[in-house]
Amino acid sequence: MSELVKITIDDREIEARAGEKLLWTALENDIYIPHLCAIKDEKRPNASCRLCFVEIEGVDHPVTACTRKVEEGMVVKTRSPHLDRLVKTGFELLLSDHDLKCAKCAANKSCALQTIAKERGLKLRQKRFKLIERDYKIDDSPAEFAYNRSRCVLCGQCVWADREEAKVGAIGFTQRGVNRAVTTFEDIPLADSICTECHLCVDACPVGALYYKSDLK
Amino acid sequence: MQLMEGEKEQILSCVDEVLSNSTKEKEDLIPILQKVQAKLGYLPVLAMEKIAEGTDVPAADVYGLATFYNQFRLNPPGDHEVKVCLGTACYMVGGDITLESFERRMEIKEGETTSDRRYSLERVACVGCCTMAPVVVVDDEVEGKVTPTRVDGIMLELEGKSDKSDAKDSSNGSKNTGNKDDSDKEEGERI
Repeated sequence: MSELVKITIDDREIEARAGEKLLWTALENDIYIPHLCAIKDEKRPNASCRLCFVEIEGVDHPVTACTRKVEEGMVVKTRSPHLDRLVKTGFELLLSDHDLKCAKCAANKSCALQTIAKERGLKLRQKRFKLIERDYKIDDSPAEFAYNRSRCVLCGQCVWADREEAKVGAIGFTQRGVNRAVTTFEDIPLADSICTECHLCVDACPVGALYYKSDLK
Repeated sequence: MQLMEGEKEQILSCVDEVLSNSTKEKEDLIPILQKVQAKLGYLPVLAMEKIAEGTDVPAADVYGLATFYNQFRLNPPGDHEVKVCLGTACYMVGGDITLESFERRMEIKEGETTSDRRYSLERVACVGCCTMAPVVVVDDEVEGKVTPTRVDGIMLELEGKSDKSDAKDSSNGSKNTGNKDDSDKEEGERI
């Protein structure tokens, strides 16, 4: 699968490994595509954040870059009015139930949402969708870190770290629809669960949902 | 939910039996949960833990599955089961207010069971008699036009009934014919 092919992204010719996912090829070549849920080693990506849309010549609808494999001669566009609109909508939906008190957040200035907003010129607030205010209790039971569900974007990075890196299985996706959340078994505090407090999930969190207490100013 | 006397043994033997008759593969998880719920009436925490152990699936995932699908319930059915319809028609005429009234009266949230297991409260999506909205199903009997005042009435009636067997006896009598007659009567009154 390491056969090298030539593809074009945003009018730039790029040499890429065939079979690799488009998103990682673009990122390696300093072409930014917004993404939250993509995990490089994951065989079947979730493609759930709906932010990494690109247009490919010959494909009549936008596709998610995290699921599309690189092929010889591919011509890819990462920006167009249609794509920008799609990404903006996805981004605004994420913000519609996100606790946007950035100044009080441990991930301020290192948050993936802020990066996306900056790269795409989007605002960190939205008025299109009804705001769903969350008042989940912050789980600060672990010694070094805490979990604020109101800031979770459901990207699944922490669940992946918990399962594939730490091999613990303390957290997982529960509930459905707007109530979907990452929780422990029976929603108990992390310290009471089988969590080993290895904090790999905290390192994986792209936003300020799982954060080190020491990072909180 | 506090387990009742002897319930722990019942749960353990039930889970053992279901697991011994299945492949214990991840793909079999939903059928396992269905069979356990069919026997116990709900999925107790203990059962989910044992199923997670038996199938080698993280307990958090078993919990995720059980909370994802509407068919699984995590609380035991109460002696009196109240189902509040929040289908389109019922929602539009204030089904959510009816639900809130029950929640206040029973001092539980939707999907829960009172600690004495006397009442359980659920929301359903359309019972099929939208002309009677907002509709509530109390122990298999359909009640139409349930205002908060009527909620008080229903609760008083239920408090009058002593236990499960009584409730089932009285509802069984009218079960076959009762529902239809009731709705016909409602229709008739309005016309």
